[in-house]
Amino acid sequence: MGDHSHGGPNDSGTVAKAGPASLEKFQDPGLPPHRKRLADTYPRAEKRAERQVAWLFVISIIGTLSFFIAYFVIGRTDSISALRTQNMLLGLGTAFAMLGIGVGIVHWAKTLMPDHEVSESRHEIRPEADRQDAAKIIGDVIEETGIKRRPLIRNTVIGAIALAPIPAIFMFRDLDRTGASANQIVDRLRYTMWDKDVKLVRDPSGTPIKASDVQIGSVFHVIPEGLSEAEHPLNEKAKAVVLLMRLDPSKMNISPGRENWHYNGIVAYSKICTHVGCPVALYEQQTHHLLCPCHQSTFDLTQECKVIFGPAGHALPQLPITVDSEGFLVAQSDFTEPVGPSYWERG
Amino acid sequence: MSTATEFRAKTRTGRIADFVDQRVGGSMMVKEFGRKIFPDHWSFMFGEVALYTFVILLISGTFLTFFFDPSMAETHYDGSYNPLRGVEMSVAYASSLDISFDVRGGLFMRQVHHWSALLFVASVSVHMLRVFFTGAFRKPRELNWVVGGVLLVLSMAAGFTGYSLPDDLLSGNGLRIIDGVIKAIPVVGTYISAFLFGGEFPGNAIIGRLYMLHIMLVPALILLMVAIHLFMVVVHKHTQYPGPGRTEDNVVGFPVGPVYAAKAGGFFFIVFGVIALISGFFTINPIWNYGPYDPSPVSAGTQPDWYIGWVDGALRLMPGVLGNFSFEWIIPFPWGNNTLVLNVLLPALVPAIVLLGLMFTWLWIERWVTRDNREHHILDRPRNAPFRTAVGVAGVIFYSVMWAAASSDLIATHFHVALNDVTYWLRVLFFAGPVIGFIVTRRLCLALQRKDRDIVLHGREAGIIEMSPEGAFSERHEPLDEYKRYRLVSFESHDVIPAQPNAAGHITGAEKRRGALSRFFFEDRVAPVTPAELAEAHAHHGPAAVESGEKAQIGH
Amino acid sequence: MKALSQRRRHPLAAAALLLIGLVATGGLYTAAGSVNEAKASTVYTASDVEEGNKLFVANCATCHGLNAEGTPDGPSLIGVGAAAVDFQVGTGRMPMQMQGPQAQAKPVQFTDEQIGQLSAFVASLGAGPAVPHEEWLDTSLGNSANGGAVFRTNCAMCHNAAAAGGALTRGKFAPSLAGVSEAHIYEAMATGPQNMPVFNDSNISPEEKRDVITFLKEIESQGSPGGAALGSLGPVSEGLFIWTAGLGIIIAFTIWLTSRSS
Repeated sequence: MGDHSHGGPNDSGTVAKAGPASLEKFQDPGLPPHRKRLADTYPRAEKRAERQVAWLFVISIIGTLSFFIAYFVIGRTDSISALRTQNMLLGLGTAFAMLGIGVGIVHWAKTLMPDHEVSESRHEIRPEADRQDAAKIIGDVIEETGIKRRPLIRNTVIGAIALAPIPAIFMFRDLDRTGASANQIVDRLRYTMWDKDVKLVRDPSGTPIKASDVQIGSVFHVIPEGLSEAEHPLNEKAKAVVLLMRLDPSKMNISPGRENWHYNGIVAYSKICTHVGCPVALYEQQTHHLLCPCHQSTFDLTQECKVIFGPAGHALPQLPITVDSEGFLVAQSDFTEPVGPSYWERG
Repeated sequence: MSTATEFRAKTRTGRIADFVDQRVGGSMMVKEFGRKIFPDHWSFMFGEVALYTFVILLISGTFLTFFFDPSMAETHYDGSYNPLRGVEMSVAYASSLDISFDVRGGLFMRQVHHWSALLFVASVSVHMLRVFFTGAFRKPRELNWVVGGVLLVLSMAAGFTGYSLPDDLLSGNGLRIIDGVIKAIPVVGTYISAFLFGGEFPGNAIIGRLYMLHIMLVPALILLMVAIHLFMVVVHKHTQYPGPGRTEDNVVGFPVGPVYAAKAGGFFFIVFGVIALISGFFTINPIWNYGPYDPSPVSAGTQPDWYIGWVDGALRLMPGVLGNFSFEWIIPFPWGNNTLVLNVLLPALVPAIVLLGLMFTWLWIERWVTRDNREHHILDRPRNAPFRTAVGVAGVIFYSVMWAAASSDLIATHFHVALNDVTYWLRVLFFAGPVIGFIVTRRLCLALQRKDRDIVLHGREAGIIEMSPEGAFSERHEPLDEYKRYRLVSFESHDVIPAQPNAAGHITGAEKRRGALSRFFFEDRVAPVTPAELAEAHAHHGPAAVESGEKAQIGH
Repeated sequence: MKALSQRRRHPLAAAALLLIGLVATGGLYTAAGSVNEAKASTVYTASDVEEGNKLFVANCATCHGLNAEGTPDGPSLIGVGAAAVDFQVGTGRMPMQMQGPQAQAKPVQFTDEQIGQLSAFVASLGAGPAVPHEEWLDTSLGNSANGGAVFRTNCAMCHNAAAAGGALTRGKFAPSLAGVSEAHIYEAMATGPQNMPVFNDSNISPEEKRDVITFLKEIESQGSPGGAALGSLGPVSEGLFIWTAGLGIIIAFTIWLTSRSS
């Protein structure tokens, strides 16, 4: 197979090339002769095929009837298993109803309808005579509008038609239903419901959390108090959800300025992934890693949720917390940077 | 002007048909289409599967619109699914639960609709790959290929808007991800996000807006594109595989009436039946398990429907930070800093631009390199276009690596490998996979072509061992009949066209590049056997020796 | 009186007496047993602790230290509580087969009595979560809708919304919860095995834990209404199915349809 002895500087020679001398090709032998089917030759085979097609249509009718049984006899289901049975029978009934017709018609075509292959010639898609006629017509039409001789009309009509659709684009400005200005649209991404003395409460029950409740290795899913009374609770929740965990303070690497953001090792971080916004919900207590299930961004809790794997581009924002006079955990302020995915104006 | 003999119908059907025909001119259509010839091959049927699944989507979708309510207003569930009783949720989610549990046949129709959607995009994709690998996109079908590409994108849009409608946790997190990607767009991203969601995410407008897109705008565009697509198929007539009796100037097959129409029409019922069977026995999109959308919970194994998987996979593969270097670039401007979110923009845009760009422009690349502007109605067997096939396989591998990356966490749990390792391996395959695939595929095609030559020159191995009088053993080969042989030799093997001077005698830079590409594409090629070569093979070895299978030296 | 003494000699009298005897002893035993059971979750005898100590030294001390103080191969068990032992040993995770990212559930190596003794020993080393009382495992008292809400917020991100399991980093995973007993579910929440966080009673209260268990048992027993669940893994398995089985059946039909009839 690897014979290179016929090669030259520009080709390997192992691959065959039809040389210039043998450019002729094999002649087209034409359509192969038609072979008869059993049903074409033997009347008994033909009758059998007919019966098979008929039986297939009968199966279809049975299928349709089964559908009605599933729908009316099983009727309104009162349990999941009854619903599963009904779904299965509706499926079987429809399947037989449809397949009976389909397989029946195809079997009819294959066995009984004539199966001679026929050749039909292709027409030119665009005969030259048509092209000339069309070209002449278009020429006449353009000439009769006179646009070539009237540049003033041409320029002004182009100007008018180009400008006319532009209002349609601006009609969509109020797709943002909040009535916010352009600045407000960008600005509101910076602020969440968190503020000084807002209690950290459990999601979704809304009960406040005492510092003594949080042990090392636990994770609390947290929302700000008063979320359910907000005007748009889900919108607020989409920025304000927080994860609360506790670390051994000796294991924490705290950057300057954040020394009092935690309380005895209890830390709170935004739950919104800084990649594209999924909840970073998986906490591996022994490795102190937070994992986002959507694209596997991984954050290290002992390094202030720095990104250690995956597509996220920056660390999870930290919520500064402390306790109030009764021992409940409260925020000290809002987040000091925008939460969630990055955007152009984030800075 | 009335003719001397006016037609009078004899039967009642005839009279009705005559009434309509005199007013719409149906006779002309019957003349044109009634016995039109269509070629018959199973690989031509994927377009039909796509069309029929679309019809099933329209039928099942219409049923669902009678029961679905796209409102995002808050409600408490009081239907019959016990584990969600009393739970707060949107009306959209509640109405989807009602369809599943409290409308007879509702769950079945939801499943028919969703399974059909998966099959719709799958069949459009397989159809597109068939057209690509057989070269059916060449003149005069380039515009139809572009229309098909648009249909592929529209089908994905229809699917995405559709599965987001129930407002469940899984699709809602998908919308959250889309919002994050949109926000990453420079300058206008935050505004587009606000306009799309009617305010901040999630707002209470998005489901209603997606509903409009899903039941009105996208289906209308799909119908328009399908009409153009089918119209062009009728004008161009269908392509056909090479074979005896088939030329560039004819179509060989069966007439529309009755055989082709019967098979095509019957196939619609078959597709419907298969979908119904699957929908009766296999659960799809169990929204009751996911719960209503809420920005706080998330399920392990959060993936979009399969056709959006490649985008999700690209997002997963891109690293966000390398050591202390972050792919979020903070750019200082006079007015302050702006962030270019490359870790999101690159995976969202670059693979899409590469794949879609290559898909839409390949026709013109091939035309330019081969300088072949003739009409082609005979298809290529993929092995006979090794370069195109190899490029296609490389593209499929590129797509599939991203597709696999979307299920990285499931690969990890099912094959007991570490999640991080799956990501590392796929990052390597993202670059190496297409290259390896290209090389291997091209060699495979060339090898298959050589095998075909071998069969033509020496016949098929018959499995019968014969002993010669001298005591030598050999296997009998039976030569091919002229019909089978014609199929194996009636293809064109493009040759290298080196850079040619233009009319002024000057070889332009573009022409030099084309020449170089032409050599890269076609330097290794296998030509079809010619009658002279076959005669030579017979003469060289004698007919008996030919049949006893001595290997002929190729190129002798 | 005569009637009663006549019936005493009835042929079936012996059978009736036997039946009464069996019911009485069985009933008494059950009553006594349940009283003990109610106490068994929290009260261990000194001999339990001693037997547990012996079992511990033989099976656990190599990695956890002779007094469960911990070694480089295994953490300290002081303060983990009986619940942790009941869970780990009761699901077969302990004794761990080999060092690795995660202890895998495998066939249980000890009898219930031995597990109780091991639990007693470890519980004696320091206060920790106890084996839950029956009351907190009774699904007829739980609210599955509330349990579902708690589950989706606290558990679904690792275990999947249908409790089918999910991936963690570097070879670790959260297992499927199908077939896991009510007690083990409770104990896992309370003790936070390996990388699972600890959900103590002030995070998820005993009532909420019971709601979660009720929810899990309900979705496990109800099955999937649409048919086979394909692993409850979501769009990945659905897509895989349509590309293999779905397209496969369609292609089979197209080949049949275009083939020549005999």
